[in-house]
Amino acid sequence: MPIFNLSSFSKRLKDKEWGIRCVAYNNQSNRLAVSRTDGTVEIYNLSANYFQEKFFPGHESRATEALCWAEGQRLFSAGLNGEILEYDLQALNIKYALDAFGGPIWSMAASPSGSQLVVGCEDGSVKLFEVTPEKIQFARNFDRQKSRILSLSWHPAGTHIAAGSIDYISVFDVKSGSIIRKMVLDRQHLGVTKSRCIVWGVAFLSDGTVISVDSVGKVQLWDSATGTLVKSHLIANADVQSIAVADQEDSFVVGTAEGTVFHFQLVSVTSSSSEKQWVRTKPFQHHTHDVRTVAHSPTALISGGTDTHLVIRPLMEKVEVKNYDAALRKITFPHRRLISCSKRRQLLLFQFAHHLELWRLGSTLATGKNGDTLPLSKNADHLLHLKTKGPENIICSCVSQCGSWIAYSTASRFFLYRLKYEHDNISLQRVSKMPAFLQSAVHILFSEDSRKLFVASNQGSLHILHLLEGSFKHLHTFQPQSGTVEAMCLLAVSPDGNWLAASGTSAGVHVYDLNHLKLHCTVPAYNFPVTALAIAPNTNNLVIAHSDQQVFEFSIPDKQYTDWSRAVQKQGFHQLWLQRDTPITHISFHPKRPMHILLHDAYMFCIIDKALPLPNDKTVLYNPLPPKNESDVFLRRTAHAFKISKIYKPLLFMDLLDERTLVAVERPLDDIIAQLPPPIKKKKFGT
Amino acid sequence: MAALEEEFTLSTGVLSAGPEGFLGVEQSDKADQFLVTDSGRTVVLYKVSDQKPLGSWSVKQGQTITCPAVCNFQTGEYIVVHDQKVLRIWNNEDVNLDKVFKATLSAEVHRIHSVQKTEPLVLFQRGAVRGLEALLAEPQQNIEAVIPDEEVIKWSEFFMVFKQPVLIFITEKHGNYFAYVQLCKSHSLSKYTLLLGKEEKSVKPNFTARVDGKFISLVSLSSDGCIYETLIPIYSSDTEKNHRLIRALMLKAVVSGAARNGTALTILDQDHVAVLGPPLPASKECLSIWNVKFQTLQTSKELPQGTSGQLWYHGEILFMLHGKCLTVIPYKCEVSSLAGALGKLKHTQESDPHSMPHFVDWETCSGYDLGSYSADQSRTLRRKKIETNLQPEVPGSKQLLSIIKNDSEKHIEVELRKFLAKSTPDFHTKIGDVVAGLLGRCKAEPSFYPRNCLMQLIQTRVLSYSLCPGLMEIALEHTDVQMLQLCLQQFPDIPESTTCACLKLFLSDTIQDEKKEMKEQTEIVQNGFSPEDNSCSKDDQQLNKKPGDAAKETTSFPVTSCPVTPKRAALINAVLHSAYSEAFLLPHLKDIPAKHITLFLQYLYFLYLKCSGNATMTLPGISPPTLSQIMDWICLLLDANFTVVLMIPDAKRLLLNLYKFVKSQISVYSELNKIEVSFRELQKLNQDKSNRGLYSIEVLELF
Repeated sequence: MPIFNLSSFSKRLKDKEWGIRCVAYNNQSNRLAVSRTDGTVEIYNLSANYFQEKFFPGHESRATEALCWAEGQRLFSAGLNGEILEYDLQALNIKYALDAFGGPIWSMAASPSGSQLVVGCEDGSVKLFEVTPEKIQFARNFDRQKSRILSLSWHPAGTHIAAGSIDYISVFDVKSGSIIRKMVLDRQHLGVTKSRCIVWGVAFLSDGTVISVDSVGKVQLWDSATGTLVKSHLIANADVQSIAVADQEDSFVVGTAEGTVFHFQLVSVTSSSSEKQWVRTKPFQHHTHDVRTVAHSPTALISGGTDTHLVIRPLMEKVEVKNYDAALRKITFPHRRLISCSKRRQLLLFQFAHHLELWRLGSTLATGKNGDTLPLSKNADHLLHLKTKGPENIICSCVSQCGSWIAYSTASRFFLYRLKYEHDNISLQRVSKMPAFLQSAVHILFSEDSRKLFVASNQGSLHILHLLEGSFKHLHTFQPQSGTVEAMCLLAVSPDGNWLAASGTSAGVHVYDLNHLKLHCTVPAYNFPVTALAIAPNTNNLVIAHSDQQVFEFSIPDKQYTDWSRAVQKQGFHQLWLQRDTPITHISFHPKRPMHILLHDAYMFCIIDKALPLPNDKTVLYNPLPPKNESDVFLRRTAHAFKISKIYKPLLFMDLLDERTLVAVERPLDDIIAQLPPPIKKKKFGT
Repeated sequence: MAALEEEFTLSTGVLSAGPEGFLGVEQSDKADQFLVTDSGRTVVLYKVSDQKPLGSWSVKQGQTITCPAVCNFQTGEYIVVHDQKVLRIWNNEDVNLDKVFKATLSAEVHRIHSVQKTEPLVLFQRGAVRGLEALLAEPQQNIEAVIPDEEVIKWSEFFMVFKQPVLIFITEKHGNYFAYVQLCKSHSLSKYTLLLGKEEKSVKPNFTARVDGKFISLVSLSSDGCIYETLIPIYSSDTEKNHRLIRALMLKAVVSGAARNGTALTILDQDHVAVLGPPLPASKECLSIWNVKFQTLQTSKELPQGTSGQLWYHGEILFMLHGKCLTVIPYKCEVSSLAGALGKLKHTQESDPHSMPHFVDWETCSGYDLGSYSADQSRTLRRKKIETNLQPEVPGSKQLLSIIKNDSEKHIEVELRKFLAKSTPDFHTKIGDVVAGLLGRCKAEPSFYPRNCLMQLIQTRVLSYSLCPGLMEIALEHTDVQMLQLCLQQFPDIPESTTCACLKLFLSDTIQDEKKEMKEQTEIVQNGFSPEDNSCSKDDQQLNKKPGDAAKETTSFPVTSCPVTPKRAALINAVLHSAYSEAFLLPHLKDIPAKHITLFLQYLYFLYLKCSGNATMTLPGISPPTLSQIMDWICLLLDANFTVVLMIPDAKRLLLNLYKFVKSQISVYSELNKIEVSFRELQKLNQDKSNRGLYSIEVLELF
């Protein structure tokens, strides 16, 4: 029974920057694009267990205000810097940025065919762009409006556009570009006249109905042919900030500043008549703060807002199989690792949006029994605060095992630092003259002996650098498989330095032989993306975790799955194991116990003991420490390979520092909430 | 996956396919060999793998074959009937049908059925069934008529169920269809009436059947292009004649509804059916394989030259007449699993349904899209349906509606009880229609007031105010306080004006006068009715119990005496429970006379005192009003009628008490607000204790 000294860290992030600004659902690929307040854009694959498979780093000057898919699977965003961006989903970079010349852009919408984009700007202009195969091209300005255009929606036939502005909604004819209807909103709210009524969202239905949501708290239905108000639902005391309509136009969803999401459905008035009416059917309160954006997939309502949660609420009547996919999902933490550690020097490197922090772990001389918190003889030291140059967010970072190298990358530059430790002083020296090919990295990794650096660039190639004292030498570049430009997102190197495993977002896992500098083998393809990779010491078994919670063990020397992995696949994982809803983000190994695999997700960590029998669905998966007084027989009967602990959650990072020390980084949700701006206050007592 | 293999044709030189196509294609005792009987004089034995005929036999000029040739699997001989009464039996060596064994029977034969491992059965046109051996022993024996005169056998099929031969045949009479199930060993015959849609009467439906446990699953392709399934029990439990069978939708619109003929279907296996017919009104005919379980089209094949609307399926081979040729299409259904199709191992076991939250499905609730029932659901429903439908004469909602329009109150009640006993998927909408029908008649005939029926309907808990807007108005007219109380308890969406009207009625003196009368009435309900009336009277008892409880409350709390009678208290409590919106309720409250306002205020104050009399601030009883409900109503009442109340001398004391109470409330709340800050600090301190701080080292024993 190993006893671990556990250093646990509570990490603080700047959460205000992390709120969700917009989401866009792509029906074709069942993917969801999410943009954060700091300009980060994330792509979630809803088919692959809601895994965040790609992300584009943010930028200080780029506040994304609108996000949309066009031409099938091309992703565009527009923001307050007045630019329209297109994202390259293969190479994970920004294809181009185009200034719309209308001041800050508040809204954007793609035409139903996907061949045109329309943006609404600060100066009241609505601009139409043609989507060409390579770029987008400005086509025309529509009639200029008085004030900023905050929301846009196309008629499903592509002939008209509804634009929400301040105090009114205008309907444009796409062909002529002229305004054909203007609908003025009422500023009254429960008898109080507000200074203005902001139309936060509009939706154009095929029967000509325009649905608007506004800052007065109303959801209103307008007849665009006559310009008259058909129906008004007062649903909130605060702003209604977002709306999304289902493709079938039989239901829509709105989000309010009070954190409530309302579902509206088109329901027959009586059983016999065919007359149908929009009825507010279900309210959901999954958010504490403003719901800034909503989306409506065929089977679920998706909402996101200031409180950083992405909530996916399946519609029970649309879900065919009532399995775990039909459960509510709340995604809060990034599905990638932001922390790396140096085992030899006991350092942790935290990656923030615009800086890195290096901490030295504390120590203690005391001992204790299970559950004790030991007095510290030395507290954790904040050694280094490294600010990035320029406005770009950090994509990835890494500290070497010996602690003397730090590398990180932004979207356009790669940085490598050499650290020197003299007693308590640290000196930092930047390695200059980075080669031209090292511009931007998706993943960085140092070898176990800190003599090699592996960089996965966003062009799909893998660079190997040999690190010397204060300088480096380019050793080799593994070019991507011919024809693919897909970026490699995850790397793992074997402790003996012979093997390098790399995985992309969909292409599977490749294993390279570092001694002969050639591709060794490719792990058989699997449908779900890889969430974590690691190579075990001595055996050189590659352990792969996938987003559907499957874990495989692949023997690199034998080029095949190990017997244990086959046995696991044959029996299948425990039901509860497969039902966890956060992916495994890190895998590590115990240096002295080759049968153990340590892995963790956001809510638990698990030691898999390969020597013990696998649990079947009848056994209890989570059996914490069994009581001491139980007989050996009982222990043997109930013991199984998965030792799960949920003491630390939400868990951002966990690793073994040495045989007896684990380090865990926790991120308490209360801290996140505390950092957010206060929500709309609701009175607790009657006065 | 089910798949159709490459088709090929058999030469039909010797066969004459009439406008009706062939008489039949039957299996012979050797695999791969089939007997094809044309509608004229010829029988041909084909070897399908060689695509050639092995033998051909014809009856004499002037004779016509009237029943497809079959093979007697026990002897290997072939049997055919010509001119309806003449039986011929021959084997492969025979050349001329004229010279083979001949038996003339005393009645017309409809068909001969033959399956493996049993003797062939002869089905006569009047429904009698004989084994071949018994018949040949005495060919001229008397054949009885089993079915009524005007019924004509349209289709028949023969199964072996647990070594017991079972024959099912369907007859038609004036557009009505009947199914007969004949157990040959026990000689028991059951008759069922098939309830088809109205439109079926004109067109002949296609049938096919399969044994499914203890049921015969009769599948029919109706003229609206949908496939329906009817489950017929093989062993009928009771001896009662003339059961009715209701069909259930199995597949929607597989062929165009406009296709009058040229459609056929056959069951391939448990999950697949083959359908012949044009899928769209204008399109060419198609052979399509449908998976019934997943409601999907598996494969289809266009037949541009048209067919005779006949389809035979024997030993994994489909036969049809395509143009002038007999076309053979081998059909294969390999075992496949969903996991194999999707290529993942994810769901090793279906998660248990208990973990799913219960969710209101708006679309099925409101009857919005009834067609989209999943296959599984409808399958279980189908089973349920057959169970209930075997009970004789259950009224459909339409019949019930017509009964409501004309019949006596008593009769309606009986029919309604029958109707409520079964639950159908669109129960909500049907109940709504029934209530609307009842209310319509109430309005037309002032003397008609089916109280018991309405009470029963309200207690189904599916009604709401908006579904039957007239109900409460009528109850108000009849001052039926008990019904109003029930409505207030059950309906979620009563408009404020109606709530207020109820309140007015409850507070008024009329109710006091009627009290005696009401008591008598409820006593009758309790004692005078038959045990059938159980559900109704039980609820009535419950209703009566409640005022009793309220009475107990009054005795147990000697604070002040209750200003109203227990009965009235129970009624007012129902009003206090109902949902309302202040803005809409206020104007209506102003209409209540001053005397009643004081009474109501007194009662509310009394409730408040009793509430504050105990620590939990709740009232005893089954569903007592909560403190906040009481407070809200006091506020509302005062808001609405403050000036009036001020002028009433009786209310002065009450107002003073209320003033004191409000004052104490305000001080309590301000104190609470003051402590809130301290509480928050305490909470923070508490959190810090459990908090590990920014950095800590802990000892953790792992397993």
